[in-house]
Amino acid sequence: MDLQTTIYLFVGLSFALYIGIAVWARAGSTSEFYAAGGAVHPVMNGMATAADWMSAASFISMAGLIANMGYGGGLFLMGWTGGYVLLAMLLAPYLRKFGKFTVPQFIGDRFYSKSASTVAVLCLLVASLTYIIGQMTGVGVAFSRFLGVSSATGIYVGMAIVFAYAVFGGMKGITYTQVAQYVVLILAYTIPAIFISLQLTGNAIPQLGLGGGYSGTDMSLLAKLDLVVTDLGFGKYTTTTAGSTLNMFVYTLSLMIGTAGLPHVIMRFFTVPSVKAARSSAGWALVFIAILYTTAPAVAAMAKLNLHATINSAVKTGGDLYAPESSIVNEARPDWMKRWEKTGLLKFTDKNGDGRIQYYNDKTKDAAAAAKAAAAGWKGNELDVNADIIVMANPEIALLPNWVIALVAAGGLAAALSTAAGLLMAISSAISHDLVKNIFMPEISEKGELMAGKIAMAASILVAGYLGLNPPGFAAGTVALAFGIAASSLFPAIMMGIFSKKMNKEGAIAGMLSGLFITLFYVFAHKGLFFIKGTEYLGLIGGPNSFFGITPEAFGAVGALVNFIVAYLVDKVTKEPPEHIQAMVEAVRVPRGSKLVTGGH
Amino acid sequence: MVEDLSAGAYWKATLGLLTKILIVWFLVSFGAGILFVDLFNQIHLGGYPLGFWFAHQGSMYIFIVLIFYYAKKMGDIDRRFDVHEE
Repeated sequence: MDLQTTIYLFVGLSFALYIGIAVWARAGSTSEFYAAGGAVHPVMNGMATAADWMSAASFISMAGLIANMGYGGGLFLMGWTGGYVLLAMLLAPYLRKFGKFTVPQFIGDRFYSKSASTVAVLCLLVASLTYIIGQMTGVGVAFSRFLGVSSATGIYVGMAIVFAYAVFGGMKGITYTQVAQYVVLILAYTIPAIFISLQLTGNAIPQLGLGGGYSGTDMSLLAKLDLVVTDLGFGKYTTTTAGSTLNMFVYTLSLMIGTAGLPHVIMRFFTVPSVKAARSSAGWALVFIAILYTTAPAVAAMAKLNLHATINSAVKTGGDLYAPESSIVNEARPDWMKRWEKTGLLKFTDKNGDGRIQYYNDKTKDAAAAAKAAAAGWKGNELDVNADIIVMANPEIALLPNWVIALVAAGGLAAALSTAAGLLMAISSAISHDLVKNIFMPEISEKGELMAGKIAMAASILVAGYLGLNPPGFAAGTVALAFGIAASSLFPAIMMGIFSKKMNKEGAIAGMLSGLFITLFYVFAHKGLFFIKGTEYLGLIGGPNSFFGITPEAFGAVGALVNFIVAYLVDKVTKEPPEHIQAMVEAVRVPRGSKLVTGGH
Repeated sequence: MVEDLSAGAYWKATLGLLTKILIVWFLVSFGAGILFVDLFNQIHLGGYPLGFWFAHQGSMYIFIVLIFYYAKKMGDIDRRFDVHEE
């Protein structure tokens, strides 16, 4: 069977499975639609949370970015898993005890104010929409390869499918569907990694292979990779940090607290039966997430080494990388490169007209590498590889069998679809439940509420799809921005709501608004107002990364700090919360008396 | 001596546990993985420089252990103060 047919078959089968489960568990009342009746086992919930969590950014984009960044890419690994420790200890059990559907409901009740709840909806919408933009970028990559079309067409197709998918089932459908999706995506991620680890290191476990020896040499894999990339003028793989140490520190922190503040992840913990289950659910989620996350750095390093070995034959032989015959002849390039060229995400330009592809860092600061390239007659880097294609192309680069490539395509689509659907649920419930029902139209019928939610989903897909065509960065980078926004706005407010009895509504509202505003101000300065290209205002803040060299993706931790400080100061000069609110905080702190989630009545 | 089983003491025990765990959480990721990464890289774990290992592997394994440890200890505290769910 040829490759394209195999891909259609695998993707088709996986979709049939998800849709079958969604039909089987189709949601009825609104209560079931949002929170699956509050009865999902912790292990199941952990698996579904993992599928929900591991989006296009984790599956498709992250390993590619790590391959580019080297050691510094570890910030995604630590940031996106370390947040679960915070989530499990600081938020999940208490929000479960509180017993409402959504984050804005908690904020609204705890801070006894509809304005606080409205501000929380605003923060949630900005964070979730930014997140979906990143997802759409990833969906575009997956569909463009799958259908052999441009990435823009891939996004249009993806938009239609995500919409149909999210509207079709509620959260219950999604919970069991997501368990299935987890299984598909984790197999799709680990199977090629095992094959490649065996090829390169002889060790079947990628996590060990990464620390193992490079087959056919007496060097370790990482040492070999370091040697090759530094010789070609790139930064040393195992030590290159993401900007400065300070930047890496705050970037990691932003991702961690963003993880704990993202509404679609928190919502998951409303669906477990008890406070006890909320605690262990986070642990199970992290177990299932870590299977992929500890494999990712192996995929990154091995794909990078394989890519260099494909383009430059001296990588394997240990010969001179700059010898003319080492670089691959363009006419003889492997088929996978031709396939990816169609998507526009991989490009070759023969700058020195020798018919061979030279792949190196032409902007290197390493004088020795630059001199060697000049002596060899290289006129600039000739291969442009979009970081987002590394994982999808990985099995093709390693020349693995067709069914593995097809499985990865199915996995990538599962990852992108499941998260997009989870986010759309969070957006639709925020708009229909927290905004329309609780604030503007309290007398709206259940049917009307569901309809409002679906309209909100459709609108957000259109906006995200449009912005996904001109994304503010690679999928994982864009998603990191969303985490920064959640970190700076929602996390501090929820945390203070639980850990401070005296925090009042004035403090919380001022904190959320200032955290959100300052983060957006810094992000939009780099990425354009509402991510629209051409509206950047870097001059106003004194150039890129002007705040102590901190990149916009890393700024969320600073925003969170501002949020805490403003909230504290405003709280000091305004009157303390009423007695019954303080009693409520006391009650939220103890597990006894937790009830099944009820509506916002 | 009678143990203090008030809501205040329960909360204090909870915060004590959280603090301990957060210290470990910070040390493995921000400590070994970022701030002192060069120092740890002097040591090798197979083909891994140790600091690199903490950033790309080790901290994640420890995070998992931390959450389950937390869930277990918190359950113990709940029962000790008799506030666990029925």
